[in-house]
Amino acid sequence: MNDDRTTIGSGGTPGRGNRQTSPSTAARALAGGTAARKPAAKAKKAPASPATPTSPAAGAKKAAAPRKTTAGGKAAAGGRTAAKKTTAPPTGERPTKPRLRAVTDEDAAAAAAAAAEEAARRTRTAGAAPLSAGIPIDEIFVAVIEAAQRVLGSDWEARVATLLSTVRKRLGGSYEVDEFGFDPEIAQVLTAAIEPIAEKWFRLEVRGVENIPEDGGALLVANHSGTVPLDGLITGYAVKKYAGRNLRPLGADLVFALPVVGQVARKVGATLACQEDAERLLSGGELAGVWPEGFKGIGKPFAERYKLQRFGRGGFVSAAMRAQVPIVPVSIVGAEEIYPLVGNVPSLARLLGLPYLPITPFFPLLGPLGLVPLPSKWIIEFGEPVRTDAYEPQAADDPMLLFNVTDQVRETIQQTLYKLLVERGNAFF
Amino acid sequence: MSRVVLVTGVAGSFASLVARRLVELGEAAGIDKVVGIDTILPDVDLGGMKFVRADIRTPVIGKVIAVEDVDTVVHLDVNPPQRGRVGGKELNVIGTMQLLAACQRSGTVGKVVLGSSAAVYGSSPRDPAMFTESLLARSGVRSGFPKDIVEVESYVRGFARRRPDVIITTIRAAQVLHPEVDTPLRNYFSNPVLPSVLGFDPRLQFLSLDDALSILGEAVEHDRPGTFNAAGDGVVLLSQVARRLGRPLVPMPRLGFAPAARRFVRAMGSDIPPDLHRLLTFGRAVDTSALRDIFGYELQRTSEETLDDFGRALRPGILSGLGRRA
Repeated sequence: MNDDRTTIGSGGTPGRGNRQTSPSTAARALAGGTAARKPAAKAKKAPASPATPTSPAAGAKKAAAPRKTTAGGKAAAGGRTAAKKTTAPPTGERPTKPRLRAVTDEDAAAAAAAAAEEAARRTRTAGAAPLSAGIPIDEIFVAVIEAAQRVLGSDWEARVATLLSTVRKRLGGSYEVDEFGFDPEIAQVLTAAIEPIAEKWFRLEVRGVENIPEDGGALLVANHSGTVPLDGLITGYAVKKYAGRNLRPLGADLVFALPVVGQVARKVGATLACQEDAERLLSGGELAGVWPEGFKGIGKPFAERYKLQRFGRGGFVSAAMRAQVPIVPVSIVGAEEIYPLVGNVPSLARLLGLPYLPITPFFPLLGPLGLVPLPSKWIIEFGEPVRTDAYEPQAADDPMLLFNVTDQVRETIQQTLYKLLVERGNAFF
Repeated sequence: MSRVVLVTGVAGSFASLVARRLVELGEAAGIDKVVGIDTILPDVDLGGMKFVRADIRTPVIGKVIAVEDVDTVVHLDVNPPQRGRVGGKELNVIGTMQLLAACQRSGTVGKVVLGSSAAVYGSSPRDPAMFTESLLARSGVRSGFPKDIVEVESYVRGFARRRPDVIITTIRAAQVLHPEVDTPLRNYFSNPVLPSVLGFDPRLQFLSLDDALSILGEAVEHDRPGTFNAAGDGVVLLSQVARRLGRPLVPMPRLGFAPAARRFVRAMGSDIPPDLHRLLTFGRAVDTSALRDIFGYELQRTSEETLDDFGRALRPGILSGLGRRA
């Protein structure tokens, strides 16, 4: 830009030369508009400068001259102007000889007027101490209380007290986590945080909540998709919101090897997907969630969306059979479209120790903006439970039976997915 | 039945307390004599214990067993290497080998109680939430104390195979948290600020001193063959521990955490073993139902209560003003 100006010369402004030398007087005279600008600015300031001393004039001795007096005290304004006019001349000389001087009659009058005004203002602001100029602490205080009332309702005091005591309890460490590291308070916060994303962004629709047992153990088996396992979070939210139970997801070991992710996952109830943990959760009467497709499911290309991958090795069925709990097939529609996986960088992924390194239409291209999931429409359907208590617990050692039940669950989910896809129509509208 | 109990490593704070507990149990439990053995003199009151200054890494141990007619060996000389105790591996592994060799020769020894550690399960992201006794370590037993303890246990298993008539009790205990017992976690928690791994909040378990002493006493007094986990019920997260003790955590990146944390702790005048970092990254929890159902011991204190007892004995931390004890 600057280079252009030096070579072309005027830079678009008439009579300005090349902007490196100051314009000549002739040029300034020619360019009337620009030359006049400076005096005009000065003229603008000129009326302002006599005006500025007038406002602090009355309250000059009290350093606390509130800005809102002009706004609030319109009735007093007319009467006050007389007093101001009388005090205006001395204020002009004040900068030269500041505070130390003999008290004159004029000063006494000014002080009286100021005191009267001060008193009037005090009555208006209900006796709040003017701590510092321009910061209406009392008003802020009132506003905070009003805001608290509006946000938290009429029993805001009790709520604030509860909130504070919770914060203290958290800081003091006097809360409990279960043996898996599940912290119900953190899980509650997460549910509240996810709610707008699930309800407003993904317009989540939940069907078949009645298929989730009200109490006792059950194993939720769902399809996995979406490049980033958001479906686990949203399913957990749906179970908590609509069935009132905590879902305990079973995650891959990679989750627990990653910093922050692993820590948060444990706190919101996840644990490692292994036989021991699954059986421990289920026999403890918990609602465990498993995504048997694993990385094959979330890392599949967009072209293969809603095509179920191999369901692991059927370990989830044997865990459910040993614990004698029902298997609830869960079909999740919508997660495939949030990050359409159009490419993969296997070599870099291997280098980083990740199962895949996704490329979506937006991800490396738009940088962090590409991390925003696309607003697809979600439907989660909890299917009819597959009962395992008809089999003996020893049946868990029969591989053929396990394969059959695995296929049954997988087929149920696949068929439900097709049905839901037809019902949903367009993915985004 | 008169019994002579040999306790190894009595110069250590925990083993000396165990020896004293056994002396206290005394006649009522059928214990006639408690013989303590270590290379250095214990700096605590020996009570009614007979102290023999010997090295379990040498064949002298066989003579001690023969001379004293020892019939119960409580092997507690398996400790994480600490400052001033160089060659922890020597002591742990070679000492155990010599001790077991002597026991195998001896015609009097009828019971061996091994004070093992839950470190035998290692610590990794692939760990199940709770380890039962039948599970093996997934990872994290390649070096340091966990490797030692795995080897020690394998020698004990070998001994059990060769001498099936000897009753062997292995107690895989979580770390005892008590101001008087020198354990890595006690040393770690006593620091004014606690270095931690950024982004990891491990689950920890503690065993109260009373429970640990009672379990070992029980194992000596009665016959409880088998391997048992011992840890206070429940788990406590490291962040929770730090808040309860009022000590701020200083998160450090995982890469290079071990040397950095060690240097950091040393600068504060304390020391931690170099293999503690895995525990501080991934944590570990063990299932104690076998201890309750098969061994028959009901744990008195949970991990949380043990921690609170420990916190009360400790100088309050910097942040103790924050938060309130419920």
